[in-house]
Amino acid sequence: MIEVENIHKSFDDAHILKGITTTFDTGKTNLIIGQSGSGKTVFLKCLLGLFEPTEGKICYDGQNFSELSSQEQRALKEDMGMVFQGSALFDGLTVAGNVMFPLEMFTKLSKSEMEDRVNIVLNRVNLVDAHHKYPSEISGGMQKRVAIARAIVMNPQYLFCDEPNSGLDPRTAIVIDNLIKEITEEYNITTVINTHDMNSVMEIGEKILFLKDGLKEWEGTKHEIFKTDNEAVTNFVYSSELFKKVRQMYIEERN
Amino acid sequence: MKYLTDIGGYAIMVIDLFKKPTKWRIMKNLILKEIDELIFGSLGIIVFISFFIGAVVSIQTAMNLTSDLIPKNLIGFATRQSIILEFAPTFCSVIMAGKVGSFITSSIGTMRVTEQIDALEVMGVNALNYLVFPKIVAMMLYPFIISVAMYVGIFGGWFAGVFGGFITSADFVEGVTMDFIPFHVTYSFIKTFVFAFLLATIPSYHGFYMKGGALEVGKASTTSFVWTSVVIIITNYVLTQLLLT
Repeated sequence: MIEVENIHKSFDDAHILKGITTTFDTGKTNLIIGQSGSGKTVFLKCLLGLFEPTEGKICYDGQNFSELSSQEQRALKEDMGMVFQGSALFDGLTVAGNVMFPLEMFTKLSKSEMEDRVNIVLNRVNLVDAHHKYPSEISGGMQKRVAIARAIVMNPQYLFCDEPNSGLDPRTAIVIDNLIKEITEEYNITTVINTHDMNSVMEIGEKILFLKDGLKEWEGTKHEIFKTDNEAVTNFVYSSELFKKVRQMYIEERN
Repeated sequence: MKYLTDIGGYAIMVIDLFKKPTKWRIMKNLILKEIDELIFGSLGIIVFISFFIGAVVSIQTAMNLTSDLIPKNLIGFATRQSIILEFAPTFCSVIMAGKVGSFITSSIGTMRVTEQIDALEVMGVNALNYLVFPKIVAMMLYPFIISVAMYVGIFGGWFAGVFGGFITSADFVEGVTMDFIPFHVTYSFIKTFVFAFLLATIPSYHGFYMKGGALEVGKASTTSFVWTSVVIIITNYVLTQLLLT
């Protein structure tokens, strides 16, 4: 579980996060949504420890990140997996090399043990055949799956995803969403996903946090988002005709 | 103010890149890869340029020896001195700032743009140590390139002098060996080690801390070339003042 308490983040004069308090539950897919410039990425980078909050605290299963020693912070980071928006795979390494990278850096496993572990996770994301290919030789969807495999190879406690569906066709996006949800449940990890994709919200949003101008505007589940009267949320989520109709149908069904 | 910030940032980067070292098992492979790319990958261009620079120095010296009272072996002497003291260490380093420096800035800058550096940092890897340290170690073999440049440059001078009909081979060799001061080679290699460190770190700084997209990677490469060249030229003056006077 990740507990966030009154997080503020400023860059020079720009006050990006203005006091966010929330909790991300273990074994659930927690989604952060909001318009561009609402502070989602900065918030995610604060959760990852890439940005130090100006004020407030972030606790990972009771451990306050800012109060940990640098060694403890490093150990905690080994428990975090991250799927970047552009996958961020290392160009010079093969698919297997990318997935093996954290194992080589942080474990004392033998080569064969590492290869076994890589095969398990690549199998989990259905990519065993791409073992020897380089990132430039595989599709965007496959790159995302490699990024997920790399993120889970160390058995992390926390998985962070920054817009995992961006640039993917709707079908591949659903595959990626389902994969993240399955992995979250299977490994019982705390997953936080930063997304713009309303399909993801409807499919896997077990807990949704809506940010607006650096503040928490609304939070709830995918079922609650249909019923909310919050104008900012409805304007954002139901901006397309399709989702307006989906909401209408949901409400009619309930009545 | 920006220059002071950059100088401070560069100093902090140099300190930080020695922290949290990467496992030797991984670092060893990274160093070998960088030696291949930065050192062996630069040999061709350095050999090519050194040969012709040596040839031009030899011809120009010959063309300026109009008095019969000046011995012809001065062509060999002037070629040796020019190549060992300046052309090999300094001229080659400015060329390397373009070749190796741009490569370092653009490769690290692209990693920044595509969030690969963020990925390293999220994993708890010291990205500076992982990316920059192997380049510094590899560049410590830079004097090897400069030794080759010295040899080829003097050979180029001999080739142009002898086959151009300006000097006999014996006179040229006599000039090359005349009044040889071994400290000049030491001075040249001291400069080369310092330039090697600058060639590895200044472009890395510009790549590592760049912001923006593909266009900014190009701009960072250009800025890195300009600043690496400027710092090399100034350092060359300071070291010459300190070591030769």
